[in-house]
Amino acid sequence: MGGVMRREIDRGRRRFLVGGLTATGSFLLGVPALELLAQTRSAEAGGKIGFFVEIRPDNRVIIGVAQPEIGQGVRTSMPMLVAEELDVEWSSVSIEQMPLGIVKTADGFTWKYGGQGAGGSTSVTDNWEFLREVGATARQMLIAAAAQQWDVPPASCHTEAGVVVCDARGSRINYSELAPAAAKLPVPEEKPAFKDPASYRIIGKPTRVVDAKEIVTGKASFGIDTDVAGMRYAVILRCPYLDGEVESFDDQVARRVPGVLDVFRIDGPKPGEPYLILASGLAVVAESTWAALQGRKALQVKWSKGPHASESSTAFWQQCDKLLATTGQIVRDDGAFDQALGQSNDVVTARYEIPFVNHAPMEPQNCFVHVEKEKARVIAPTQSPSGANRAVAAVTGLPRENIYVEMTRVGGGFGRRLTNDYVAEAAMISQKIGGPVKLQWSREDDVQHDFYRPSGMHEMKAGLDAAGRITCWTQRLASAGKYYRRPNVEPEEQYAAELYVDDFPAQIIDNLRIEWFEVQSGMPRGSWRAPAHTANAFVIQSFLDEVAHASRQDPLQLRLKLYGENRELPYGQHGGPVFNPWRLSRLLKHVAERIDYGKAREKGRGVGIASHFTFGGYGAHAVEVTVDDSGKLVIERIVAAVDCGVVVNPLGVEAQLEGGTIDGLSTALNLEITVIDGKVAQSNFNNYRIARMAQMPAVLETHVLPYGDKPTGMGEMGLPSLAPALTNAIFNASGVRIRKLPIKDQIEKEI
Amino acid sequence: MIEFYVNNEAVTFDGVENTPLLWVLRDHLKLTGTKFGCGIGSCGACTVHIDGRARKTCTTKVSLVAGKKVTTIEGLALPGGKLHPVQQAWVEEDVPQCGYCQGGQIMAAVDLLEQIPSPSDADIAREMRNICRCGTYVRIRKAIHRASALISERR
Repeated sequence: MGGVMRREIDRGRRRFLVGGLTATGSFLLGVPALELLAQTRSAEAGGKIGFFVEIRPDNRVIIGVAQPEIGQGVRTSMPMLVAEELDVEWSSVSIEQMPLGIVKTADGFTWKYGGQGAGGSTSVTDNWEFLREVGATARQMLIAAAAQQWDVPPASCHTEAGVVVCDARGSRINYSELAPAAAKLPVPEEKPAFKDPASYRIIGKPTRVVDAKEIVTGKASFGIDTDVAGMRYAVILRCPYLDGEVESFDDQVARRVPGVLDVFRIDGPKPGEPYLILASGLAVVAESTWAALQGRKALQVKWSKGPHASESSTAFWQQCDKLLATTGQIVRDDGAFDQALGQSNDVVTARYEIPFVNHAPMEPQNCFVHVEKEKARVIAPTQSPSGANRAVAAVTGLPRENIYVEMTRVGGGFGRRLTNDYVAEAAMISQKIGGPVKLQWSREDDVQHDFYRPSGMHEMKAGLDAAGRITCWTQRLASAGKYYRRPNVEPEEQYAAELYVDDFPAQIIDNLRIEWFEVQSGMPRGSWRAPAHTANAFVIQSFLDEVAHASRQDPLQLRLKLYGENRELPYGQHGGPVFNPWRLSRLLKHVAERIDYGKAREKGRGVGIASHFTFGGYGAHAVEVTVDDSGKLVIERIVAAVDCGVVVNPLGVEAQLEGGTIDGLSTALNLEITVIDGKVAQSNFNNYRIARMAQMPAVLETHVLPYGDKPTGMGEMGLPSLAPALTNAIFNASGVRIRKLPIKDQIEKEI
Repeated sequence: MIEFYVNNEAVTFDGVENTPLLWVLRDHLKLTGTKFGCGIGSCGACTVHIDGRARKTCTTKVSLVAGKKVTTIEGLALPGGKLHPVQQAWVEEDVPQCGYCQGGQIMAAVDLLEQIPSPSDADIAREMRNICRCGTYVRIRKAIHRASALISERR
């Protein structure tokens, strides 16, 4: 999520492709070179496979997945790419999670298995070519082995789901029988030919989650389920004050709690310094999770409140208001905005407020670490295993190549687990106690200590000519950005995570200015699913509606006019290099038709639409709501559509579109983190109210409109346009314009 | 010493009596299918059956289940490993995303279907209170209807 994730991708990965034979006679194809594997495999924690493809003598095909599974479906979609080009039955495939693979070179570290991480909706996009190539190369080698055996030219052979066939000779042979011979062949120098997409049997076919049976029987293993012999259990009491510290503490009672083994101080970062961990506090180590939690409860601590003790949400909004009365950093300035504004017939202006929000993955943060003298073992639910490796290196000083990171299934990511602060904490504790430990966060820890989605106030202004054409447009944002305390980000680059300057309507409205103001806040901030797109889609798509209504234009027609014809505009941020606004029109027309956009509706019933381009993918929503005389909101129907290019797994794409839509809905309805006296006010699901079944619309339709010959990601595109479609529908139904998220009881209050 | 039954096996716990059943299942009995989500009985990730009814284990002290029958998600499938119709429906509707909450959701749904064999959407909205952060609610709703049909077919 976000464009700043460091990419250690080796663009020349093909040179690492190597075939080989295992002791049991399986054919292996993968990275890295075998000699390298021989050196590192035994040392690799857990002895997990470091190869992408393994064909076993019993015809089973094992496909390795290098990406962390956070619910986005990569353990299904990544192997589908390999299996398609390898040409095997999907039912013969088993999946293995690969550990972190990094290799030390003269130029620093590079990936062993290609880039590993879950962020920015990049898994399918980044691996589309590479993993198909892995499959196709293995198929080519199996064909070569058969051709050699039959003494026929390879071109006279083809494959049929796990079998090499030579029609001229009338011969067939299973992959498994060819495996020993294929493994001895050199990997072909040339890139193999890919299948004709028309003959796909796996890509594009609805494919269920590969781990479904393990999940529904309780056998799927998450980070929290890690259980290693001799392991201790730990929790941390963190300072509730932003950048506060432990002034003094009394642990006598805590140490008497049965099962408690140790209590010690954990030092957090100094104010303003990069976050290795989030807060100072006291670690409690025990024989069980419950003993650790009880020990923590018995601690008595006096906190030093730190530099942000007077911070509050009220003061935050006052600060935004003051900043917006000044001039900020102009980050885009097309045409002559001031002049165009002066010449306009009509001016529309509005301000919108976006709150801090918490990621709240269902699985609270946790991590197993065992730091030893020369090495460390990490078992972590993380979106960034290389970040976990770096975090442990930073804590321990161990060489990165001696820190082995295993990835578990992850109980939700949403961007929270791109930062590995909880891994660093576990490493600190393991180092102190000299043994293996599993650190567990409570839900309160998670709600009160997070890298929150940034909060900000947007001021929008548009000038129109006599014909209702928008001649100038400005977005002025005062926000506490997510690059706060991020190393190696210059002050003048801080805006870049808050405002993506090539986003619509840049390059469409001639006179356009984008301005940013930095709000001072001690709140830690980070990437939250579709980062700044969640804020900017809400603001831009709400404001477009306001402009349409103010100028008596239809909101759909106004958008279609602006999006224009089928063409590509340059797009310099993550998801580029191009943006084709026409693809948004196509989706909008589709959802508008499905929701009967033009139909006259009774009083209190309305529809709203919105669309947005997110990290290369295109999304749109149409929402139908009713608002009764008391202001009670009912979401009657949601129609969601996405264009993520080529569809690898339709069931997975629909799942992400549903999930993104519901995430957008839940967040727009209820979710905000507020600050009082330098502390987060919310603490658990009783006051951070994630939507439940009762808030679900009666109908949620999803539509996937394929496009072109390349896929984009799908983890984030389904979210941003939901909130503005919903609030536009609320306006259409009730006349109440929501300019501050979350919606909460604003409609009741206005009515 | 507290004695009770988990998935039809007699078990004992001789630790602190106010330990929530959740942590006894997870840390002591190594039955990790029951998940920790909130610790305040709000999200339902820790739902099991106690004497046949769905209960949240993060707020149920182990002393309260003495002599009782606890069924966890690991014990839901039929002898021989055949999936319970609710589990089957969950697979067929492709419900899970991250999967963390789904064990609790399934335990809640099994109880719902025992109380109301053919629930309406309104019944599901009222009775299914567990949180799914990935937002799989629409598929959960479909899966409950499918499970209801599967159960009546099996009868």
